[in-house]
Amino acid sequence: MGTAAMPGHHQQNVQLQDMLFRSGARFFAFLVLLILLAIIASLIYGSLPAMRKFGFGFLVSSEWNPVTEQFGALVPIVGTVVTSAIALLIGVPVSFGIALFLTELSPNWLKRPLGTAIELLAAIPSIIYGMWGLFVLAPLFAEHVQPWLIQSVGATALLAPFFKGPPQGIGVLTAGFVLAIMVIPFIAAVMRDVFEIVPPVLKESAYGIGCTTWEVVWNIVLPYTKVGVIGGIMLGLGRALGETMAVTFLIGNAHRLDASILAPGNSIASALANEFTEAVGDLYTSALIELGLILFVITFIVLALAKLLLLQLAKGEGRRT
Amino acid sequence: MIFDRKDFSALAVIASLWSGSALALDITGAGATFPYPIYAKWAEAYRAKTGVAMNYQSIGSGGGIKQIQNKTVDFGASDMPLKPEDLDKDGLLQFPTVIGGDVPVVNLEGVKPGELKMTGPLLADIFLGKITKWNDAAIVKLNPGAKLPDSNITVVHRSDGSGTTFIWVNYLSKISPEWKQKVGEGTSVAWPAGVGGKGNEGVASYVQRVNGAIGYVEYAYALQNRMTHAQVQNREGHFVSPSSETFKAAAAGADWSKAPGYYLVLTDQSGKNAWPISGATFILMHKVQPKPETAKEVLKFFDWAYTVEGDKLADALDYVPLPDVVTTQIRGTWKSQIKDTSGKPVF
Repeated sequence: MGTAAMPGHHQQNVQLQDMLFRSGARFFAFLVLLILLAIIASLIYGSLPAMRKFGFGFLVSSEWNPVTEQFGALVPIVGTVVTSAIALLIGVPVSFGIALFLTELSPNWLKRPLGTAIELLAAIPSIIYGMWGLFVLAPLFAEHVQPWLIQSVGATALLAPFFKGPPQGIGVLTAGFVLAIMVIPFIAAVMRDVFEIVPPVLKESAYGIGCTTWEVVWNIVLPYTKVGVIGGIMLGLGRALGETMAVTFLIGNAHRLDASILAPGNSIASALANEFTEAVGDLYTSALIELGLILFVITFIVLALAKLLLLQLAKGEGRRT
Repeated sequence: MIFDRKDFSALAVIASLWSGSALALDITGAGATFPYPIYAKWAEAYRAKTGVAMNYQSIGSGGGIKQIQNKTVDFGASDMPLKPEDLDKDGLLQFPTVIGGDVPVVNLEGVKPGELKMTGPLLADIFLGKITKWNDAAIVKLNPGAKLPDSNITVVHRSDGSGTTFIWVNYLSKISPEWKQKVGEGTSVAWPAGVGGKGNEGVASYVQRVNGAIGYVEYAYALQNRMTHAQVQNREGHFVSPSSETFKAAAAGADWSKAPGYYLVLTDQSGKNAWPISGATFILMHKVQPKPETAKEVLKFFDWAYTVEGDKLADALDYVPLPDVVTTQIRGTWKSQIKDTSGKPVF
């Protein structure tokens, strides 16, 4: 029913509503862009004093001395990257297993409750994870897991430097482990959703010619859903990179670089949470804002890499050249 | 859209809420975690007595200094006194409220509270990371009877900026030239060893959870969490335990009248029973108050806190109330230095 068929005033009304709706939607879209640009601008403005003083050395210096006002971002950057890497290393296979079970292997009556339970994990506030990690997981790690790791993996020549030091329970490994638990529901939920929309005809054909469940999943389901799977992993990675409270309880807040993942470290979000309100002095505050800017850039880089990866995979399929 | 009675009544409600009439003016402060227990107790008692609520956020001394500089709170609280030059730069006034102490706490199986003996230089070496095992010769020499295991020492310090830290590192700087040169003092320092916990609560929590940990917390936290404290050797060579008496002994020697801006750090004071790691905690206010009623309420609150009622509450939590000589002096400072924008004294 086009507007030409309506009576005069009604037609004007509809056109007005249409225009309002269109400009409203446009406004909100641009507002989001504007906010993003404003955040980037204020981060850059705030970190100018630190950028002027330290330059690029800020990225590779591991010194963090508020008394002499020498700051370097290497320890928080490494901590953020390592804890997120541990979170993904543990979280992605587990989420994959969960999604696989929920879509292919589980009996029908179990699908709903199990799915809900996984989603409930996502609803738990991160500070609860931090407290649970500190009260339950850290002692467990200190008494059982870490000594075992030191004796087994730490005895091999290749991995020894990464598993050195006293089993304190708090450190990069524990923080990474709790992060893994926190990202599993996100990645698992996305993976399960995309696995479910694989056309049954594809899977049935594969089963029909005699493929095992594993072959179907690896050769049919995963290639079909890889965009969604990578999207889910990036979602989890985004959460892991920015997670503050759970990490700050467990990572030990030590501004020292250590190869061992049993040692305490620091992450960007944790350093900001701890030190921002009390940073006395303009240079200290500016160094912390620059840390925030670096986290922003890291997230950006990760997203860009994800896009590139997807492009490469699409190229492989001949969808793009 | 006609403006009807419904809209009028809604407007009237909003207007009445907005009238700004302060029947009970609430005061806000922020800063040190060190005195948070006593400020909370005082606020509760004062509110029961007068209806004025005092809202205190324990975000750390550095945060308190920042917030009062930005004028987002009515008063700031800091365990680290600002030097007179820094006070003048922002037009601030500072005065002490109570005296307390930092206490080294340990988590060692079989070691009871007050059993372990420490000296200042030994603490400095542990916190520098030079002594890494509990059965190190230096510790065993001081504690021949104690059950010291062959396990690693986990140093626990503050991850956030803190006046509790300031008192601790000020003491270590005074008794260890190596600490002074390598690390220095401040509300936040570059710790050579250990893990960081957020707030006194975070340090207490870490020390309780990690076997072989040593940290420093304010005495009230050590008491409330029933932690294992250690004795420390004071300037005159006596090993003292932290308590009200030993804090009072440290405060006894302090002469505030000679300290401009009340800048006095009570660490390493002389006195047979003096606790070597004592400190006063300070309140920061602006000298020129654009809102004199709020400033008056703040001063009335602290005036009440200096009375016998406030002193009793402080004693109950093992903080040392200031001697009357000092509180009289402080009241005089309020009268002469805190004025509103027209120059009239507020108190």
